[in-house]
Amino acid sequence: MAVQEDTQGASFIQGQAVIWLIGGLLLVAAIALLLPDVRGMLGNSPILQGVLTIVLGVGGCIGYFWASNIVLDKVIFPAKGANAGKNINRANMVRPWLFIFPAFAALGLYLAYPVVGSFIRSLYDRSGDTFIGFGNYAWLMQDSEFQQAVFNNILWALVVPAGSTFFGLVAAQLTDRLSWGNIAKSLIFMPMAISFVGASLIWKFVYANDADIGIVNAFREWVFGADSVDPLQVSFWNNFFLMFILIWIQTGFAMVILSAALRGIPEETVEAAIVDGASPLQVFFKIKVPQIMGTIVVVWTTITILVLKVFDIVYTMTGGNFGTQILPSYMFEFMFRDDGRATAVAFVIMLIVTPVMVWNIIQARKEMR
Amino acid sequence: MDNIAGRKSSLNWAVNLSVIFLVLLWIIPTVGLLVSSFRDRDQISASGWWLAPFSAEQAYRARTSTEATPEGDIFVVTGNVFEESEATGTLSAFGVRSIAPGEFTVGTVADLGDGESLSIAENGDYEFRTPEEPGRRGQRIYFTAETPPEFTLENYETVLGAGGMAQAFINTLTVTIPATIIPILIAAFAAYALAWMQFPMRGLLIALVVGLLVVPLQLALVPLLRLHTEWGIGRSFLGVWMAHTGFGLPLAIYLLRNYMVGLPRDIIESAKVDGATDFQVFTKIVLPLSFPALASFAIFQFLWTWNDLLVAKVFLPDGDQAMVMTRKIADDLLGSRGGDWGILASAAFVSIAVPLLVFFTMQRYLVRGLLAGSVK
Repeated sequence: MAVQEDTQGASFIQGQAVIWLIGGLLLVAAIALLLPDVRGMLGNSPILQGVLTIVLGVGGCIGYFWASNIVLDKVIFPAKGANAGKNINRANMVRPWLFIFPAFAALGLYLAYPVVGSFIRSLYDRSGDTFIGFGNYAWLMQDSEFQQAVFNNILWALVVPAGSTFFGLVAAQLTDRLSWGNIAKSLIFMPMAISFVGASLIWKFVYANDADIGIVNAFREWVFGADSVDPLQVSFWNNFFLMFILIWIQTGFAMVILSAALRGIPEETVEAAIVDGASPLQVFFKIKVPQIMGTIVVVWTTITILVLKVFDIVYTMTGGNFGTQILPSYMFEFMFRDDGRATAVAFVIMLIVTPVMVWNIIQARKEMR
Repeated sequence: MDNIAGRKSSLNWAVNLSVIFLVLLWIIPTVGLLVSSFRDRDQISASGWWLAPFSAEQAYRARTSTEATPEGDIFVVTGNVFEESEATGTLSAFGVRSIAPGEFTVGTVADLGDGESLSIAENGDYEFRTPEEPGRRGQRIYFTAETPPEFTLENYETVLGAGGMAQAFINTLTVTIPATIIPILIAAFAAYALAWMQFPMRGLLIALVVGLLVVPLQLALVPLLRLHTEWGIGRSFLGVWMAHTGFGLPLAIYLLRNYMVGLPRDIIESAKVDGATDFQVFTKIVLPLSFPALASFAIFQFLWTWNDLLVAKVFLPDGDQAMVMTRKIADDLLGSRGGDWGILASAAFVSIAVPLLVFFTMQRYLVRGLLAGSVK
């Protein structure tokens, strides 16, 4: 008992020292902020601003959690006196809310409020003063570029998840028992780290309209002796060339998750099938795939959600020209120009995502039980 | 195990070959970009990057010198075409008309009519004979030369200096680091409460987090920009940090909660029996044990904020002093240097170098995080 008290005492002192240190830093930062010279310097130096924000953000967080717990336990509901037991219980009822408050305040402000805020804004005209009901939506419905964007977005939402999951599954199965499988996986997984803009540039080279730069045109010239074309201007199919960029990025994600799921399949089921004379293909499609169906669906929906949000690829590759417009890049055409229409397009994206969201919530609730 | 049936070798071959094919298909585009970033502009347009290790035939033009030595009744001009042009390597053919730049082969004496003749050796030495004294402009020579492969850092120098990528790199770093660090602690406390504390509406809040995971960012742009303007933050670094923090929280809370729920119940309960408060349990036990999950989220958030274009475009001011790399490439370089492939390639590589480094050194945590986030 004495030993325990000792260590508790030591860690208490240690904890206090940390708090004093952070408090001191915050104080210095606050005083510095009051000096006009320092403010001027900060205005010119984003890096200093960044350092200060980290100190204030992290310090503020620790300070908030620590101080609010102290206030709760020592001041509001002290575990002393006549109501000690009751007070401990009360404090424990309040504490969870202290823990989740900053996170849910930020979530509410940055993600929940915008759903409502965007919808309301979408009911007003460009200036934001005149209420026009569903006028923006009506305008969108008759705009041919919007129709094109919706059609293309549906294509994207069907093709990209299917392609990524297919390649991911194939890669996961093939590399599973290979001696150099981990290296292969790592290389296929690599595009995940590359930005959509970087990936677009990489593929701009591949698709370049010059047989001496673009490998696609070089291949066409070498095999068919054909003149070079710009794949990004081949109407309709250019959408698929853009989709392949996202498939290229997302296959690694699908592969990693499906590979883990494949490893989780009980060996006995596979052994039994082989003993019964199943061919490798049959083992794969009739034994393995059905057992990881749940994971396949999760991968599929995760990629679907991502697809509906990605705007960088179309923006960088074609700017939405040549019939490749999709909703996120279409929305950006109105950003800073007509907030009414921009929010209306954003809300259409939200409507498309909603079924997936509901399904996700239902799944999550099932798992928790 | 799949090959109990004894078809091991043939199947193995097929598997190895298809994986090699798949891996090649997946890395060739990136390799192409990397190779191109080290080649100069002329070489890029002269031959494909896949031919980079071999010498390329390139066309050049030059003029003969104007200083002639009289030799009887004709004038002789001598010199070297490589010295009069940017070309290097070995000369393969030459001509004097732009429509037939490779009319004559090396070593032959070309009869140009009017008593003029021209011969050029492989090393570029030429001899031009003409009956008239050459004027102020020499004779135009077109020639093709086999240029040996040459790799240069020139593109990187251009892009980092005049291209402004160095400033953009610092800006990206400035956006990324606070935006990665700040959400972690906020999310960790909330995740602990959602995982290990009992309170009403807990299930509902978890469902809310799962729902918000899916909300498209596009919805947040207009209302938040207006809020930031009303608060006096406007379009600034502070605004970007706050926006990234908000947008990163659902994934952070979800990942960390999933991980924390799996921690052994005995440890936490025995600590509580010993009189530890929730605050102590969190800071002394749960937080240190959750390091792998914290690391996975940090990597995700780092990659996501580093690679982001949309949030930076909306929440950061326009202009070079706040331009991040993705935006520099998409909005500036692609427009102003659209045809300059070497510059574009090196700019892209400057921007993807750090994420690739993070990816290859911390892949373990990344994979673990993905698995925690998707499969249960």
